[in-house]
Amino acid sequence: MPKGRVEVLEEKCKSCGLCVEACPNKVLKISDRINSKGYRPAEQFKEGCVACKMCAMMCPDVAIEVYRVES
Amino acid sequence: MSNRVLMKGNEAFAEAAVQAGCKYFFGYPITPQNEIPEYMSKRLPEVGGVYLQAESEVAGINMIFGAAGTGFRTLISSSSPGISLMSEGISYIAAAELPCVIINVMRGGPGLGGILPAQSDYFQATKGGGHGDYRLLTLAPGTLQEATEFIMMAFDLAEYYRNPVMILADGFMGQMMEAIEFKKVKLNYDIPDPKEWAIGYMAERGKRALIKSLSLDPEMLEKHNQKLQEKYRRMEEKEVRYESVGVEDADVVIAAYGTTARIAKSSIKKLRDQGMKVGLIRPQSLYPFPYKPFNDLPDGVKHVLVVEMSCGQMIEDVKLGVQGKVPVSFYGRCGGMAPSVEEIEEAAKKLLG
Amino acid sequence: MAEVKIFERPKSMTDVSTHYCPGCTHGIVHRLVAEVIDELGIQEKTVGVAPVGCAVLLYNYINTDMYEAAHGRAPAVATGCKRVRPDLTVFTYQGDGDLASIGAAEIVHAANRGENITVIFINNAIYGMTGGQMAPTTLLKQRTTTCPFGRDPKANGYPIRVAEMLATLEAPGYIARVTVARPKYVIKTKEAIKKAFQTQIDGKGFSLVEVLSTCPTNWGMRPTEALKWLEENMIPYYPLGEFKLPN
Repeated sequence: MPKGRVEVLEEKCKSCGLCVEACPNKVLKISDRINSKGYRPAEQFKEGCVACKMCAMMCPDVAIEVYRVES
Repeated sequence: MSNRVLMKGNEAFAEAAVQAGCKYFFGYPITPQNEIPEYMSKRLPEVGGVYLQAESEVAGINMIFGAAGTGFRTLISSSSPGISLMSEGISYIAAAELPCVIINVMRGGPGLGGILPAQSDYFQATKGGGHGDYRLLTLAPGTLQEATEFIMMAFDLAEYYRNPVMILADGFMGQMMEAIEFKKVKLNYDIPDPKEWAIGYMAERGKRALIKSLSLDPEMLEKHNQKLQEKYRRMEEKEVRYESVGVEDADVVIAAYGTTARIAKSSIKKLRDQGMKVGLIRPQSLYPFPYKPFNDLPDGVKHVLVVEMSCGQMIEDVKLGVQGKVPVSFYGRCGGMAPSVEEIEEAAKKLLG
Repeated sequence: MAEVKIFERPKSMTDVSTHYCPGCTHGIVHRLVAEVIDELGIQEKTVGVAPVGCAVLLYNYINTDMYEAAHGRAPAVATGCKRVRPDLTVFTYQGDGDLASIGAAEIVHAANRGENITVIFINNAIYGMTGGQMAPTTLLKQRTTTCPFGRDPKANGYPIRVAEMLATLEAPGYIARVTVARPKYVIKTKEAIKKAFQTQIDGKGFSLVEVLSTCPTNWGMRPTEALKWLEENMIPYYPLGEFKLPN
């Protein structure tokens, strides 16, 4: 299983939740923080990202960067 | 040997544009200007250009928006109701500061009106037509020879000011035949290279081109309007054109443009032959309007007579020029009817008492 | 352990945050268009034409030469540009009000001439920017602010299937309908957009990609609910697929 990491560009996030819905492994959630626009940005809250990029594909704000961890 | 050729007005207009380097024409059929698109459909392929019949005047003027945005010379022509349909697009072109030339071969209105000549689009050409604070540089040729020269000049003016220029002709001019010599007319203006602003040079310029009229920030939009107004003031300084004949000793001065001025010249000759002192001021630019010659009328002038093929449109600008110093009267025919030499003669005689 | 970035903002997109509502799928399609432009290596030779509607500010987000057209007239503007500069890749980006209502004549005739341009058509069954009025693509019984009791075919006719309608014409090179309702569809949408641009680059004429999209704000739904509503209601009426392929 590939290993990945999701980085949410918090200032760009509008808290729509499409990434949370799209993630097959449910490693994303809406955080409790508030960005300068008043939205609660999404975040990766647990391990289990497989770098499938589905969250980034669904993000309307191009607020997600995906990294693949190479061992 | 003379280089004069006998040509129909509409065809001469088109040929003048081609000789001015215009290679792109988008149009839609409407009488009485159909010979312009017909001529272009045959002529432009010879010079490696494009003729395209649009699906409507609305589409045609927006094709011009796209084509003019590339910085190449573009022409569109129509007649009164068609120009109404284009008015939205003309406003966008003026707002985006794109150069193009528009020929209006006027016919009688309002509404569908008729297909015979008129001059009832003076307001539309000079006072707006479309929405917003914009101006069209408007040239009103009096003969076919002058029309060909104005059309060539119009392309230079359009590029220099980055503004649409309208040639306001009438159905008589479009349909009549006259001997014409195609002279190379070129203004000695410092015309900016379109590569500085046009679409298609992102790599060369290192910056993309953005051609738009939207401005949601009111301060920015006001600033853009002020910039346009400043440009219009420059036009008013530099681009006023008119012909003045026999005004110095005149008791009555006739104000007329285009075909009407031509008829008035015959009336004036007859009046002069009878010892009556009548002169003519013929605006060649309708925007900017030549207010000054009307403001500076010699003391001897007792009356101004405005003659138009309309119900009285240019008369409003004449009055602004005269500023109440002498009475301003009107004689007009409309709906496709033209004033005769005798009618104008009679109208002037009434004023002469 | 080393990390490799495998997903980032495409180069042809500006770094500006969009003005779109949360969950609006315009942003997804913008990104796909920018990715295709990057992959084809045509950023400096591409011209966009923005519509009137929510995507009117497209030029703030995609960094290519750009026009902002009058409502519905983007295909005419694109035609004028492409006829003068056939060396450039010209695309329009239009919503359903812009393309299928006020601009119906322009899109039909651009398609019918086989105008060598690419059209990205966003169908979300509603007018977004003006506040949720009925569009020509609004579904039957769908409520909007101007059909508050649901669209009634007796009064307003039926939703227009633009892709099928244009596919009846001889000239177009490529016509497809896709959606961005799920990641698998997003992949298909990008393929279709790339095919459309390639059709133009190959000189094979008019190409159009209709993208079924959402308008969570004016539909009155959460973004995730809106995607479900799209799948359940729009796809059955607007089937996905390729309706015309280049020769």
